This record gives sequence, C-alpha cells and structure tokens, in this order.
Amino acid sequence: MSTLEFFLAGTLSAATIFLLAALGELVAEKSGVLNLGVEGTMAISAAVGFVVTFETGNHLLGFALAGVSGMLLSLVFAVIAISFLANQVASGLAVGILGLGLSALIGRDYESRTIASTDGISIPYLSEIPLIGPVLFQQNIVVYLTFALALVIGFTLTHTRLGLAIRSTGENPHAAQALGFPVFLIRYCAVAFGGLLSGFAGAYASTIYTPLWADGMIAGRGWIAVALVVFGTWKTGRIAFGAMLFGMVSLGELIAQSMGANIPSQLLSSLPYIVTIVVLALISRDTVRMRLHAPFSLGEVFDGSESR
Amino acid sequence: MQFKLERRVEYSKKMLIATPIIAIVLSILVSSVLLAILNKPILLTMHSFFIAPFDNFYSITEIFLKFGPLLLIAQALAVGFRAKVWNIGAEGQMIMGAIAASAVPVYFVDSTSNWLLPAMIVLGALGGIAWASIAAILKTRYNANEILVTLMLSSIALQILYYLLLGPWKDPMGFNFPQTVMFQDEALFPPMFSGVRLNVSIFIPIAFTIGIWLFMEKHFGGFKLVVGGLAPNAATYAGFSAKKAVWSSLLLAGFAAGIAGMSEVAGPIGQLQRSVTSGYGYSAIIVAYLGALNPIGIVFAAFFLSVLQIGGDVALVSADLPISAVHVFQGLLLIFYLSAYAFVNYRFHIVRPTLQPKANLTS
Repeated sequence: MSTLEFFLAGTLSAATIFLLAALGELVAEKSGVLNLGVEGTMAISAAVGFVVTFETGNHLLGFALAGVSGMLLSLVFAVIAISFLANQVASGLAVGILGLGLSALIGRDYESRTIASTDGISIPYLSEIPLIGPVLFQQNIVVYLTFALALVIGFTLTHTRLGLAIRSTGENPHAAQALGFPVFLIRYCAVAFGGLLSGFAGAYASTIYTPLWADGMIAGRGWIAVALVVFGTWKTGRIAFGAMLFGMVSLGELIAQSMGANIPSQLLSSLPYIVTIVVLALISRDTVRMRLHAPFSLGEVFDGSESR
Repeated sequence: MQFKLERRVEYSKKMLIATPIIAIVLSILVSSVLLAILNKPILLTMHSFFIAPFDNFYSITEIFLKFGPLLLIAQALAVGFRAKVWNIGAEGQMIMGAIAASAVPVYFVDSTSNWLLPAMIVLGALGGIAWASIAAILKTRYNANEILVTLMLSSIALQILYYLLLGPWKDPMGFNFPQTVMFQDEALFPPMFSGVRLNVSIFIPIAFTIGIWLFMEKHFGGFKLVVGGLAPNAATYAGFSAKKAVWSSLLLAGFAAGIAGMSEVAGPIGQLQRSVTSGYGYSAIIVAYLGALNPIGIVFAAFFLSVLQIGGDVALVSADLPISAVHVFQGLLLIFYLSAYAFVNYRFHIVRPTLQPKANLTS
C-alpha cells in the first residue's frame, strides 16, 4: 500500500466509528431526545467488546455483546429522561459518567492487551483497481455495512411511515400523540437503537480499528459524533461526509509523522477538537437554517399531557 | 397496572430535601451489589468511604482540601445550569487557570517577592475567564452549542498543558518528568495549621459561596439568569438579554475554575503537572446537581463528594478498590438524583385498569 492508499483507506475506517455513533444519535435526536451519553456508551461497549473478543476470540460475539451493553446503558438514560422526565442534558451527562466509570472498571485487567485484528474483505476484481481498489474494496465488513446503514436510515426517516412517526414525535410530541403515535415507545426505541449503534461504534474502535485496550481510548470521539449530527444538519448524507472529514483529521497525526513534519504532537492531537469548534461555529451561525432542520422539540421534556 | 406521573400544582419542598438522600441511599445499595460482583468486602469498603475519612485530624483537613475547589466550581456552574447555560468545560477552564498562574513562578524562579501570590491569583482568574470567553463568544455570535464547545476546549487545554510540561516549561532538573519546577514558598498559600496540606485558599470558596448566595437569593439578578435560560423569548420581552445570561454564566465559571486551578498549583501540588485538576471540573457538575443548584445545598453536596474522594483513596488501599469505582458511584448518584427529582414536581399516580375499551389508533 502506498501512503496515499493507506491514508484514504484509513480515513474510511476511522470515519466508520464516527458515522456509526452519529447515525445512532441522529435517530434519537429525530425522535426529540438529545442523548449526550454517547461518549460513555461507546466507552463501556468498547470495553465489553474488547474483553469478550479477547476471552473468546470471537469478533462477532464481541460486537453483539458490545451492542447489547450500549443498548442497556442508553435504556438507563431513557428511563431517567423519558419516564422520569429529567432534563436530557443532565441525564446524558450522568449516564456518560457512569459509562466511563464502568468502562474503566471492566477493562482494568486488560490494559495494553491486544487482540488479533480481522482481515478486510477483498471484493474480487474491484479490489485490484489501482488506488480505488485498496481504498474502497478491501475494507472490513463493518465499514460497508455502516455506509449501507446510512442509506437505509436516511431512506427510512424520509420515506417511510416509521420515519414519519419518529419525525413527528421529534417535531411535536403532543401532536404526534394526538395522531395516535405511541410517543413514549417511539422515543424508547429510538434511544435504544442509538445505544446499539454507539455500542457497535465502540466495539469497532476497540476490536478492529485499534485492537488494543487502553483506558479512555474513545478519547472524545463520542462527543464528536454528537457534533456531527449538528454539522450534518440532521441529514444522513451530510453526516456521512462530516464523518469522513473527521476520519481524515484524526489520521492527520499519522500522516504528519510519516512526512516528517516538525509539528508538536499535541497540536495534531488537538486538531479534531479545533476543527469541531470551527465547523460548529460556521454551521451554527446560520440560525434560521439551524432552526429549520433541528427537530423542534429536541431536548424538551414531554410529560404525556395533551397540550403545552 | 400502569403508573403515571401527575404534575403537582406546587413543587414539593419535602421531596426537594429528600431527593439527594434517596439518591445516596440507592447509590449505596446498587454499589453494594457491584462490590459483591467484584468480590470486594462490602462493609470494609463502606467503612473506608464514609467513616475512615473522619478517623483523624489530618484526614479531615484533607476532606476540606478537596472541598474547596469542588465548592468553588460547583457554585459557579450552578448559576449557569439554572440559566440553562451548559458549561461542562470547567475542567479546561481550571487547567488554563493553573497554567496562567504557573507562568509567574516558572518565569520568576528566583523571585521572593510578596507580589508572587497576588499576581498568580489574578492570572489564574484571567486564564479561566479567557478560556470560558471563547465559548461565550462562539455561543453569542455564532450560536455554537456551548456544551460541545466547552468540552472540546477542555481537550485542547489538556493538550496545551502537555505541550508546556514536555517542552518549554519542563523542569530542567526534573529527571525528564513532565512537570515544572517546584514553586518557591512565596508562590504558595500558607497552610492553615502546621503539618497539613489544607491552606488559607479555603476562604475563597467560602467567600464566593456567600457572595453567590446573596446574589441569587437577595438580588434581582438571579431572576434575570433564570429567565434567560428557561425561556429565551420571555427574557427578551422582560428586557433581559439571553446573551447576558450566557456571558455572565461563563465568565463566572471561568473565574471560579481559574482560581480553583490556581489554588491547586499554589497549594497541595506546588507545581504544574499533568494531573493538576484531579477531575474537579467534572465532579463539580455532579456537586451542582446533587445540591439542587442551590447555594446552600451545594455546600452539603460538595462536602459529601469530598468525603467520597478521600474515602476512595482509603478504599484503594484497604480494599484494593480501583478509583474508577468512585466514578461509577458518582454516576449512580447523579442518575438516581435526576430520577428521584421527578417527584419534586410530579406525583406518583397508579392508573388502575378500567373496563373502558381502548381505542385502536394504529390500524
């Protein structure tokens, strides 16, 4: 692989982590629930996925249990924020703190352990095309599935009755309830689905992208995923584009080192955070567009009453 | 059988006081189960957490050493949270305060001037304020979400800290450890009693608390902040500015966190090093909530979490309990607190199944 091929292929792989988590958060937010526990959810799932894969050697099982743990943690969030009507920001932070703590506890005996990585899938003929082949057609199956999932979620949200139910719940839960949509159930399911995808994102990070356990390995990627939903103005295509941008930025450190650039490593490590802030400011400054695209009831408590 | 939450006409004062107690009891119960799973002695661990910290005078002064920064930051954060300004980057503001304050003893290594400490206090406050201002500008001028911005700024602050400690500010005689020189006595707060680490900086959070309490309870300004956050439009109608709420919340938090960071380097740590914040910036969020965002409640909450931190250190030795268990406990506390808080505003109401047929709306 040439450096360029390595860079582009790595971008897609790194983008997969952001995209998986951001798609999950998108679905939750579309139903009107702002779940800020993504970072903690990814962390606990990354630990579960790593430990299970390390102990059993079974990547699939690791992924599955990571997804389940992500879902369970996000259901804890759902109970506080949806059933107990707590402030969504605070609930998300609480669950995030719990997730990070449990992650460290679960992975305590596995610090610096590694597991065998999985090979990518080489698609016959296509993978032999120069440049495009190794970049697009020799990826891990999770990468393909994630991008396919982005299409499915985009279609479901905009073109199906289920999507309509989720969107109405997020726009105006009172009206959605009056129309007969089960608002609480939809929100629970949306949050659980988001947790499942965050769980997969965590597992991908700890068992495939860097198959090595280190406490705090999620390193803010869950928060960037939350930011990506805003960047993408709640649209899957733009979120996927943003995920690739951040995949590229997070590889910046490796590239600069390979080119022998004399830049302090701390500056390169800060780059994803700096880019997040700058892009966030650039996109959010258009307040009218933000208001048009954001789910109208996002972050608001809904107590099941008939009207506001 | 179904249950429903029915809105109370007026919030329940009894529940408001009971909520943190319920949260603590439930957290202890759940963590006991967790301890059992981890195969740790439950009673010994609980003793380490809640009784051992009060064993001797030194240990009690250590509780107050943790109490100071937690109280200071949590009071400021609560002002913002009440106004729905979500600054969760106190950690970064604390780091920048510590860095700015450390510049004085780092660049004036040999100075014995009495102005060292006052200069550090001013710079510490300015460092925190400057870092918080970035989020305030981005929020008010570019509408950028302050949750994400303050959090990202914390990560950047940490990288700046690492850069300084590994590069220009590294102690040349420090065996290559990522830390600055040990500060001279003139750059440190004098201890309260001989032989303890608790120092006179504890009076800053106490004075700050009284100030906030007077401001929020006795002054009209508290109302402004509340209105600005709860309903930005209502605030505009009433002639208050939502922008002012953002600015004042963030500046106050930057100030408090900056001073807290400064008190760490000019206090128990005595130099700038990687673990300068001890996670106070994040723990303070829990303190603010557990104290019901109330200046007096926060005093109790900060004390409780300080005991918990000291207890965690004890349990680390006595029961080989990892420090992450303390974080789990903190997460549980906040989760149970937020859940139980529902009963302050709502009444638990059991809906008995009725014979009335349910309309099928989905078909």
